[in-house]
Amino acid sequence: MTTAIKPIHAATYQIRKALKNTVTYGVLVALVFFFAFPIVFMLVSSFKADNLQLLRDFSSLKSFVPYGELGLDNYAKVFERLPLFPRYFLNSMLIVGLTVCFNLLFDSMLAYALARLRWKGRNLVLTVIVALIIVPFQAIAIPLLLLVNWFGWLDSYQVQIVPFLVTPLYVFLFYQFFVGLPKDFDEAAIIDGAGYPAIYWRIIMPLSRPVVATVTILNFLGGWGSYLWPLMTIHDPEYFPLMVGMGFFIGQTPQIPGQLLAFSSMVSIPILIVFALFQKSFIQSVAASGIKG
Amino acid sequence: MDLAKVDRKIAVSRKASTWRQREQWWAWAFAAPGIIMGTIFIIVPFLMAFVMSFTSQRLLANPNLPTRFIGLTNYVRLFTDDPLFWRSLQNNAYFVVVVVPLQTSFALLLALLVNQKVRFVNVFRAAYYTPVVLPMVVVSTIWIFLYTYNRGDTNQGLINSIVLFLSGGRLGPYYWLGDTRFAMPAIMLLSIWQGVGFQMIIFLAGLQEIPTEMYEASAIDGANKWQQFFFVTLPLLRNTTIFVVVTTTIFAFGLYDQVNIMTGGGPLDSTATMVFTIVNYGFKQMQIGYASALSVVYFVIVLVLSMLQRRIVREEKAVLE
Repeated sequence: MTTAIKPIHAATYQIRKALKNTVTYGVLVALVFFFAFPIVFMLVSSFKADNLQLLRDFSSLKSFVPYGELGLDNYAKVFERLPLFPRYFLNSMLIVGLTVCFNLLFDSMLAYALARLRWKGRNLVLTVIVALIIVPFQAIAIPLLLLVNWFGWLDSYQVQIVPFLVTPLYVFLFYQFFVGLPKDFDEAAIIDGAGYPAIYWRIIMPLSRPVVATVTILNFLGGWGSYLWPLMTIHDPEYFPLMVGMGFFIGQTPQIPGQLLAFSSMVSIPILIVFALFQKSFIQSVAASGIKG
Repeated sequence: MDLAKVDRKIAVSRKASTWRQREQWWAWAFAAPGIIMGTIFIIVPFLMAFVMSFTSQRLLANPNLPTRFIGLTNYVRLFTDDPLFWRSLQNNAYFVVVVVPLQTSFALLLALLVNQKVRFVNVFRAAYYTPVVLPMVVVSTIWIFLYTYNRGDTNQGLINSIVLFLSGGRLGPYYWLGDTRFAMPAIMLLSIWQGVGFQMIIFLAGLQEIPTEMYEASAIDGANKWQQFFFVTLPLLRNTTIFVVVTTTIFAFGLYDQVNIMTGGGPLDSTATMVFTIVNYGFKQMQIGYASALSVVYFVIVLVLSMLQRRIVREEKAVLE
């Protein structure tokens, strides 16, 4: 009896499993389209040299098909219409590069003192830092604007860098990581006659690669996309970072879609490449920033 | 003999105290850059917001309008005589009420999908996360074109084409960014598209912390997949969910970039947000005092939300203990 029934059961099981797999992959792939279509649209459109064709294609699936007259015309036009475009790029790289380096240094140094050394005022400083994590930048932007105006920093590089050299959230991420490292390392090093700077630089920091990666990624993405602050403090195109340059370009007439999408692509492609290379670290960095919950 | 012992003890404790002093000294040296920069550029502006909210401070000194202490005037104006403030508060609330539940449940669904044992799962995770790495200004620009509307023309943007197609031509085309009914929902859609991957990863981390024994035990008890989801997964994700809900809410109250690029707060203030209003008063009209009062109110909202989160999480812990 049972032997007669079994194969049927096995067969329905197989069919159900295959069906379930098809549905799962169907949903997963459909979602890939949902998240990818605007990006594909941007990249494909930016290469379409004929802007009339581009506008016609907007209404249909043709907007995802690279056909017709393809080339770098839109890209060339961005450089032509915005002679300072390479400058915006370098500005952003300079600003973000310096901000990230200093954050890594200052945040980790402060976290080292908080996590590994005993000193008066430690608890107070730690409490203040944790409290400051929830202060959104937008809530202090206006008084900060007044402050940097007093300093005479409007239209400069320092106004885009110096206020952001320390970030409470990143200090906390470093702190959390440092607290978890075994104390034996420091003690052994002290017995060997190493000073605190040597312990910090030679022992603690080399062990902290994951948190360094997290802070670098979060800080880089935040800085690269930064828009509100430079919009308020920079009016001289010489100091424009990319996002403000882009906002400026959107406001220019004639507004040519192919050129705006070429600009968008040039801003996005470097990030997309870095993301493709280090996607694992990117995703881990988000998970790490969520742990505090 | 005894004296020598005492001497040695003193020497040791002296050594220890100089060590402790050295430690103090170095601790301050390590902490100093962070403390100094943080004080000047975070704590001082934060305190300035409170102080200036009671003054008539302007960005540029105006000899005809010297800065004066004006008590609660800014706050009175804010709450009784500023329709834009109420409008922006309302718009933010609208955004939060729609986006937070949608984005949170969507993120949880995505996390469950990519927490399965399927091939190429890393590729799917990365694909859903990709929009998060794009700057909001870029995302806004792309979506402006997706929302393209041309009056009385067959040539519409992709979103209008999809709506026309799905409704068999009965609905649309709509002027998404120029219609008071649709501008905010249009911004909501792209905000969810851009941000949901972030919450997905946080949920994924939460899911992976649930011990597999919990599922095995409930399966032995005869629970099906749905029961496992409602009685194992959801309760154990409680704190992650609270974290996601609160951070999404706080992000939602910071809404600015999309609005400034796509609609400029319009049409008819239907997309003006708190931050947009703060920038409008503080930067465009240079009324620093008044904008500071707005900033304080904005901060208090964020603070209350965070405290609520901590309260709920703590209650949860108390119950478990």
